[in-house]
Amino acid sequence: MASRMRIRAQLKDDYCEVKALMRHPMETGMRKDQSGAAIPANFIEDVQVLHNDAVVVQAYWGAAVSANPFLGVRFRGGAQGDVVKVVWRDNHGDSGSGETTIR
Amino acid sequence: MGNLDPLGLTRRGLIRVSSALLVVAALPQKIWATALRPETAFQTTTLEATFDALGGVPQASDGIIFSTPDIAENGAVVPIRIEIDPSVLPDVSKLYVIVEKNPNPLAAVFQVPPNTPPYAETRVKVAQTGNLYAVAEANGELYMMQRETKVTLGGCGG
Repeated sequence: MASRMRIRAQLKDDYCEVKALMRHPMETGMRKDQSGAAIPANFIEDVQVLHNDAVVVQAYWGAAVSANPFLGVRFRGGAQGDVVKVVWRDNHGDSGSGETTIR
Repeated sequence: MGNLDPLGLTRRGLIRVSSALLVVAALPQKIWATALRPETAFQTTTLEATFDALGGVPQASDGIIFSTPDIAENGAVVPIRIEIDPSVLPDVSKLYVIVEKNPNPLAAVFQVPPNTPPYAETRVKVAQTGNLYAVAEANGELYMMQRETKVTLGGCGG
């Protein structure tokens, strides 16, 4: 389930911009498959953005976030070469993460 | 004398202990994921109930810069962006994305510590034409900005 995440962190004027693209079906639990059986809900509930291991953004999501979710956030105090990490966990307990350095 | 029967006591005790252990074993994972997740708000099914769960109907504020498309060709992928003008609305610690006509209107929450500028970009599903709300929480007060998005193809297709 957990697979590679595309992540980028870039210094702007007075903040660092983080953009991440996760791989996840984000199933609402309201769709049915071809046989008419309900497809169980499976979505990311919790996302954290970390700068040098400190949480700079904590997000909670519902099933209404689109499949293969995109996340764009900003934080202050980043310097070139610092580690930025995005960690997610879904309602099944599966998790995934991506890491990059600020450029 | 059933309750003096050592075997019976042991078995009952064992069941009690093992079920307690199960509860304890199940807890830690769940705590990390849901300790602060506004579960009740995520479960609400109407806009009014969502606002209630968050603490009331927010007041309109120009300090929230909310970008959404006027027309979404694909309701399954509607890009949204929330930015805060701190000169109008300082001390924002949380952003909420609410889609009025969705089965569960609350789509996402973004929580930031004091030094992080409140800003969020993502893509959400929009079931049908209706209002999208960006709600900001600052010092316990709620503020909002609304935008209408027309959907030509629903977001919960299947």
